Amino acid sequence: MSATASPSLFGALFVRDLRLALRRRTEALLPIGFFVVAVALFPLGVGPEPQTLRQIAPGVIWVCALLAAMLSVSQLYSSDHADGTLEQLLMTGGSTTLIAAARAAAHWTLTGLPLVVAAPLFGLLFDLSATALRVLALTLLLGTPVLSLLGSLGAALTLGLRSASVLVILIVLPLSIPVLIFGSGAVAAVDAGQAAGPHLSLLGALLIVTALGVPPATAAALRISTE
Amino acid sequence: MSWGSAGEFFAMGGYGLYVWGSYGLTAALIGFESWLALRRRQRALREALASVSASASASTGAPR
Amino acid sequence: MSGQRLRFFTFAAPSRFYSLSGSLLPWLWAAAALLAAVGLYIGFFVAPTDAQQGESYRIIFIHVPAAWMSMIVYLAMAAWAAIGWIFNARMASMLARALAPSGMVFTLIALATGSFWGKPAWGTWWVWDARLTSELILLFLYVGYIALVEAIDDVRRADHAGALLAIVGAVNVPVIYFSVRWWNTLHQGATITMSAAPKMQSTMLVAMLLLTFAFWAYAFAVVFVRARAIVLEREHDAEWVRGLALATRKST
Repeated sequence: MSATASPSLFGALFVRDLRLALRRRTEALLPIGFFVVAVALFPLGVGPEPQTLRQIAPGVIWVCALLAAMLSVSQLYSSDHADGTLEQLLMTGGSTTLIAAARAAAHWTLTGLPLVVAAPLFGLLFDLSATALRVLALTLLLGTPVLSLLGSLGAALTLGLRSASVLVILIVLPLSIPVLIFGSGAVAAVDAGQAAGPHLSLLGALLIVTALGVPPATAAALRISTE
Repeated sequence: MSWGSAGEFFAMGGYGLYVWGSYGLTAALIGFESWLALRRRQRALREALASVSASASASTGAPR
Repeated sequence: MSGQRLRFFTFAAPSRFYSLSGSLLPWLWAAAALLAAVGLYIGFFVAPTDAQQGESYRIIFIHVPAAWMSMIVYLAMAAWAAIGWIFNARMASMLARALAPSGMVFTLIALATGSFWGKPAWGTWWVWDARLTSELILLFLYVGYIALVEAIDDVRRADHAGALLAIVGAVNVPVIYFSVRWWNTLHQGATITMSAAPKMQSTMLVAMLLLTFAFWAYAFAVVFVRARAIVLEREHDAEWVRGLALATRKST
């Protein structure tokens, strides 16, 4: 049995994951719901002073985006692992790297992409300027795929473990710190009247390196977790 | 480096709390870590012994 | 050809490691104690007072060696774990597992002494400078590794998953360090650094180096002890362990 042509394996898995998620629409929206609540908590905790809020906004939005991405990532493989579909997939002979990439892409479409759209709206709650909001959306566009990729690596490593969701957060958060720094730093720079160019270039570089390097690592992790 | 007296040595120019705090904490952590590791090895040896004795008595008990 | 390779790796058999490390241990402990004694003597009775920081700088004699060791141990851990994974060498994986707690302890020492050092200089118990923050993130990396390997029951899966995580972490360390330095400089423009290391007199440097070697010897000693424990735990069914256990009982 020959391996399916690469693009169609990726496409087939990607579409399947989306279709499955859309069937359980409420579950798919949970990360966004978390993001909304978490972001709203900060002004409540810190106080309504606009100056303070504008200063903490980039960091707050980015951290909440990070946590929202991590929360949903364990489900990425767990249901397929539970009913044996994952083992079947790995045995078909198709590229495990593509499987990993497809999963991460699906996760990003469901969790990251909505954040790219929603987050600038929340930037308004913090009184961010229009330029800052634009840069915020851009940083999230570049950064959330990295989070999905790193998260899929964590999910593959913790496959089937009892406390998988907490473990994933523990494992992946230190690795996501550069993304956090460059992402929120870009918005803070624009807010302070400086250029966001360097930050965005660094984010772009991170995205490229992660997109190339993490799916193979995730594939290795899947093999480790299922043998 | 000559300290005028033992008192001066312990005072560390006013920074005694910080200097001795650091060294004390380090010593405590190192001591604790060493103790834990040694205890773990001793326990592992004891358990190896226990499993050897258990299987030895099991094999003498059961008829072939 | 493959026979020669096999012979090289049988040298890495757990039983050989156990006996080899056992005979090295007394020397390692002695070396650690001696180096520490000499280093501390030089640090406290030979090195002069610092012009700017007074006596508080003497914390550097443990802070810097501990920080160095925390990073070296992480790299060693990742390297041994990788070897264990790639070559399926059990002993290498066991060494990696034994290294992790020690690395974490060194990181804690570096953080605590850094905090003690910063308090008189900055007035606060914590300073978000690039080096201390990176050290904090290194602590998170250790915690993540230990949490992962402890959460997996299957020993082989735990070893290999840990190896992958350690390698990914090791590769990320330069990126993380760079991004933290970037972060440190971009807010408020001013660079927040720990009280800049004192202009090092040669005696100070000597004391610091001696204590680094002392930490190194200590690390070998405690990691060997832990690795021996792990060997006994995992290989308790092996002939040589049974023989060893019985021999120990006879001697008590």
